[in-house]
Amino acid sequence: MSKSNFTRRGLLKTGAVTGAGLALPTIFTSAASAFTNEPTGSTVKFGFNVPQTGPYAEEGLDELRAQELAVQHINGEGDGGMLSTFSSKALDGTGILGRKVEFVTGDTQTKSDAARAAAKSMIEKDGVVMINGGSSSGVAVAVQELCQSAGIIFMAGLTHSNDTTGKDRKANGFRHFFNAYMSAAALAPVLKNAYGTDRRAYHLTADYTWGWTQQESIQAATEAMGWETVNNVLTPLSAGDFSSYIAPVLNSGADILVLNHYGGDMVNSLTQAVQFGLRDAQANGKNFEIVVPLYSELMAAGAGDNIKGVYGSMNWNWQLTDEGTQAFVKSFGEKYGRPPSNSAHTCYVQTLLYADAVARAGSFNPCAVAEALEGFEFSGMGNGDVLYRAEDHQCFKDVLVMKGAESPTTEYDTLEIVETTPVDQVMYAPDHPMFGGAEASLGECNAGA
Amino acid sequence: MKMLGLSNKDTTFLLIVVGLTLLTPFLLQPFPVASGGNMFNAGYPDLMQRFAIFGIFAIGFNILFGLTGYLSFGHAAFLGVGSYSVVWMYKLLGYNVVPGLILAIIVSALFALLIGYISLRRSGIYFSILTLAFAQMMYNLAYSVLTPLTNGETGLQVYSNDPQVLRGPEHLDAPHFFNLFKMTDSTKLTLGGWEFTLSAGYYFTAVIAIIAFYISLRIFRSPFGLMLRAIKTNQTRLNYTGINTRPYTLAAFVISGMYAGLAGGLLAAMDPLAGAERMQWTASGEVVLMVILGGAGTLMGPVLGAGFIKYFENIFSKINDGVLHQWFAWMPDGLENVIITISHFFVGKSWHLTLGLLFMLVVIFLPGGLVEGGQRIAARFRGRKAKDDATHAAKTQPSAAE
Repeated sequence: MSKSNFTRRGLLKTGAVTGAGLALPTIFTSAASAFTNEPTGSTVKFGFNVPQTGPYAEEGLDELRAQELAVQHINGEGDGGMLSTFSSKALDGTGILGRKVEFVTGDTQTKSDAARAAAKSMIEKDGVVMINGGSSSGVAVAVQELCQSAGIIFMAGLTHSNDTTGKDRKANGFRHFFNAYMSAAALAPVLKNAYGTDRRAYHLTADYTWGWTQQESIQAATEAMGWETVNNVLTPLSAGDFSSYIAPVLNSGADILVLNHYGGDMVNSLTQAVQFGLRDAQANGKNFEIVVPLYSELMAAGAGDNIKGVYGSMNWNWQLTDEGTQAFVKSFGEKYGRPPSNSAHTCYVQTLLYADAVARAGSFNPCAVAEALEGFEFSGMGNGDVLYRAEDHQCFKDVLVMKGAESPTTEYDTLEIVETTPVDQVMYAPDHPMFGGAEASLGECNAGA
Repeated sequence: MKMLGLSNKDTTFLLIVVGLTLLTPFLLQPFPVASGGNMFNAGYPDLMQRFAIFGIFAIGFNILFGLTGYLSFGHAAFLGVGSYSVVWMYKLLGYNVVPGLILAIIVSALFALLIGYISLRRSGIYFSILTLAFAQMMYNLAYSVLTPLTNGETGLQVYSNDPQVLRGPEHLDAPHFFNLFKMTDSTKLTLGGWEFTLSAGYYFTAVIAIIAFYISLRIFRSPFGLMLRAIKTNQTRLNYTGINTRPYTLAAFVISGMYAGLAGGLLAAMDPLAGAERMQWTASGEVVLMVILGGAGTLMGPVLGAGFIKYFENIFSKINDGVLHQWFAWMPDGLENVIITISHFFVGKSWHLTLGLLFMLVVIFLPGGLVEGGQRIAARFRGRKAKDDATHAAKTQPSAAE
């Protein structure tokens, strides 16, 4: 039908144009700005990358609520929340360095690939200077690495694995949330008081990075106080049915079951353990007990009555009575009609901490911001006195030991605070073997561009 | 004039594809950055690279599914294998992407040979289930059991203390092509209100995608391709005529596995991280959707389908309630809220629903996929006589629908 006439000249021309098209990207190098996504107009953009679909969607939604609230408070809308109790006063409710804050959202789907695609589109298309969020350690580590190579700041949300600020720590990444080591260190003394030093523990562990670091940490902490570890069984992620893993527990000679599970896995394994009668059982002449190292409000709600009396740990809880917590819970409650979750709190605080660091540094340059955050000591954010350690970009603060409430009055107080473990007890050296040892390094700060 | 062993018509077709591919950064950026339409612009490096990479993945899958009719539900396994190969080459040799990509193709070919050899003993649904089982097995291995090799949930990445034996002090500190350019290099062209990003990584994948497309074109036109079509049409009859079809299906399986490995390798070339969820069954299902949506058995269809799905995933999913409020702010309050409540179910995190509806519409009304839609529109524009010719031609030669 179509008659095409290819001549030698035509072919050469096409070739030349094609060649020029291919060479073009290498001729020009990147645009001239001091650092990646340097804000130019009257606004600056944050990226909130949370799971909006998938198993942690609830949690992601709560994080988004808190992030939106933080942006409002930075921009001077609403009642200011924790800005009034925060020890640093660099933020005055007029945005950051005279710029109003805007934000874009992305869906991580709790998958590293999807999270990185969402983060990349925020960086490349929307021009964000900071990414905050994440509800799993795999995602956090992946996005942190991306932000490092792109030259923007990553403020981690909920990520509990030791690796995030351990062997995978990065100069552009910061974590406010506590970690598996801290959970174990905080839980051990409470467990000792409640269950004694002569106990035999059986571990069921989610078979991936977070599960292993959690198990390793709690085994070390409990063995240090005299407990014996009978067995550690790895369970596949999202197994759904744990009965075949729980059935052998009673006859194993153990009298404690440690469930190193999170989210839906924990809800299922705990429920099934209770259904198997473990909590009413006797072993070695003692009452059989269950421990869940990491709690969240969502898991507590999912497990219902089964968590009554079960110990675990948290980064923060809305039932704390300090004025920072009260200010945050009040403004969150007024806007959304419910108390904020532990993960919402960490995202809110991280967003404010970033904004404050920019204001103190006087620049959005990620290296200047990182410098302002390193070694920063603050209070009034609900966790008492907190240090952002310079060596690994991990926050050090008190850890809450929680217990399933015996008689909850609403769906929001199914967990009660047993003890606030002081920060000194959960401290560790930056080159601790569980955190990558001496080899772990932050690398160089990257400003991109 | 014929070029590269192609007929006149195919040469024109290939040149059109080349032209479109090279102009992608402009075509996908139709709105000025300051306008509200910027939301729908897709001309940023990461998404363009994904278009090209998943285009390659779908082209390869189409060689198996479109030509032989064997529906594999496990091709994501090869995608993952390719990614892991490339990241391991980064760790051991250095950031040059070429050794990794070569290894990705070789390793995925070996895996495809093994999985194909076993799975192809069955056809139809049994074949699909076998491939799915293999892929799930590999996913679970990568996720937990083989963690020393794959770094499990966290994903394999390059650390500063990795050996990188071929890396010299002057070498670039990110995936690069023989130290000539980094994959992340890009330049911005500002023309009036428009801003175009020309990314080195995109053009690198685009050139490979064109080569992949050309190879697929040659396979479609070759006697081998004809044999594969024959297998799809009536395998039993071929067997009765004394032809052993298994070597042909195995070859098609391995070729499409290599394409998938290449695509996976390129994913890691653009972004130096390999995660296990790349091998999950959802990823295998996605490529099936891409090919069917675009038009199975056609040359251009899989690429269109891949672009379509990736566009939805990355653009529609970002339209949240805040954006909807901006759009409909001009409406009276009550009406605005009603409209937003309804559209809430179709954009943002619910983008899957929109995609699902579109997929149903395409499958019901355009069984030949988007390509058939394009053909129908083209036929409408042509005269009635031409239309008669087209239907006549379609009758005599049903599978020549490119």
